[in-house]
Amino acid sequence: MIGELIATRDAFGTALNEFAKDNKDVVVLDADLAKATMSCRFKDAYPERFFDMGISEGDLVGTAAGLATTGKIPFACTFAMFAAGRAFEQIRNTVAYPRLNVKICGSHGGVAVGKDGASHQCIEDLAIMAAIPGMVVINPGDAVEMRGAVRAAMDYNGPVYIRLGRNPVPVVFDENSYTFEIGKGIKVREGSDITFVANGSLLDVAMKGADILAKEGISAEIIDIATIKPLDKDLIIESAKKTGKVLTLEEGVIQGGLGSAVAQALSVSCPVPMRYIGMDNCFGQSGDAADLMKYYGMSPENVVAKAKELI
Amino acid sequence: MYDVKLIEKQAKEIRRLIVKMIGRAQSGHPGGSLSCADLVSALYFGVMNVDPKDPAKPDRDRFVMSKGHACPALYAALALKGYFPMEELDTLRDLGSILQGHPSALKTPGVDVSTGSLGQGLSVANGIALGAKLDGDDYYVYCLMGDGEIEEGQIWEAAMSAAHYKLDHVIGFVDYNHLQIDGAIEDVIGNGKIREKFEAFGWNVITVDGHDVSQILAAIEIAKRSKGLPSLIILNTIKGKGVSFMENQAGWHGKAPSAEQVEQALKELED
Repeated sequence: MIGELIATRDAFGTALNEFAKDNKDVVVLDADLAKATMSCRFKDAYPERFFDMGISEGDLVGTAAGLATTGKIPFACTFAMFAAGRAFEQIRNTVAYPRLNVKICGSHGGVAVGKDGASHQCIEDLAIMAAIPGMVVINPGDAVEMRGAVRAAMDYNGPVYIRLGRNPVPVVFDENSYTFEIGKGIKVREGSDITFVANGSLLDVAMKGADILAKEGISAEIIDIATIKPLDKDLIIESAKKTGKVLTLEEGVIQGGLGSAVAQALSVSCPVPMRYIGMDNCFGQSGDAADLMKYYGMSPENVVAKAKELI
Repeated sequence: MYDVKLIEKQAKEIRRLIVKMIGRAQSGHPGGSLSCADLVSALYFGVMNVDPKDPAKPDRDRFVMSKGHACPALYAALALKGYFPMEELDTLRDLGSILQGHPSALKTPGVDVSTGSLGQGLSVANGIALGAKLDGDDYYVYCLMGDGEIEEGQIWEAAMSAAHYKLDHVIGFVDYNHLQIDGAIEDVIGNGKIREKFEAFGWNVITVDGHDVSQILAAIEIAKRSKGLPSLIILNTIKGKGVSFMENQAGWHGKAPSAEQVEQALKELED
């Protein structure tokens, strides 16, 4: 239901079970974090298709690669930090280079991990994964989008990275009308003065910022880009041509993530003034999730401030 | 049950091809390719159920060359087996070649797993074996590791996993030639007691002369009878085996022989 608070990892765990029911090739691996990534639900339902690899992420990814060569569809789950971070090279060389059908599922992405602090707040995962040739990189914005992303990743033959969020976020999309397509953005709100391009937890922040601006007579168009790669350039360019200003929002480093991808696309076809919301060359720290989001500028108030720099 | 003479003959041919191929490319890793030639020949001309006419047949045995830099040995065996024309060997490491500097499953017929970055192959072998178990298949997964390679921590993660999941159809090999790029293994980091380490990780370990085809074959047969335990066969080998000036020389890990050196090596490798 729209507005309901659900963590995308929660939606991930539910969707995985739902769709694996009719697809016996789906196998799930975890690295001692099944209760956090929510792969524990799959473990309970299909224990014969679940493999806990222990705290060894390189082995997690390599084993998933081997399973993929036998026709299985492995979902390899752990924290974003230890998937995209620790096991980057295994993902790059043993999964992506041979184009194996492995889905890397990185939970607890971003700073909203909260009190565990910077060591567990993976802000680089999307940038790192997007740098790998042929990798599909998805950061769903709510539970409905996550469900669609899981289905799409399962049906897609090739390597995919999906970021899962730890904390509950409001449902944005209507589950009855929503359809997810890899590489397709969604115009969430029509506007004329400025374009917001957001994904993940910042989709909701973008909408709240736009609400404030609307009261001041500023009309923001909001585009949800769950798939950072391949990027829906057409949708972004079309909107930028209309509004002439673009603000990107992401819960991660602005060097190499969504903002960089959007800027790269626009610089070729439709260069417009831009601003970026995200982590700018700094690590996170311990704190309440809400406090951290505000502290690092990933708040509706900062959306308003940044938008006004452009208008 | 195996044609030992054929395997020995093909091992020698593999060695000749390794030298020729790397000499022509002026790039590659002769030392570790020569040290594993007997094993590769035993697998492809004796042990493994594979069919070059149907490289993807589902019940085939799998070979993961985790020490991917030794791929000239694999490429030679695959060519001799008929996976691709022998002339392809003359394109090793060239732009556009099906024979990359390290094995690529997407480019080379008969290569099941892309390798080259050390320490990752055993995990992949385990994954294949888990997939086989799920499907009720009983093919074997052979994984060749270097003795230097097992310095990688992921090998030990995978060693743990194979024992935990009772992957008795995983048969690993360590090409124990005692040399790595920077010198003698014992001088670089001293990763000795390989048998004891794998045994402590729950493996069935067998040690043989890695240049004695009959011993290799016998060890594999013993390993195949292992129930509930993965097996490791330690191959005592000589780096550069068969070429006098390359034998036991760390310098020949990743160096190509000159035209004259190729000629001399081929003379030594004559029947």
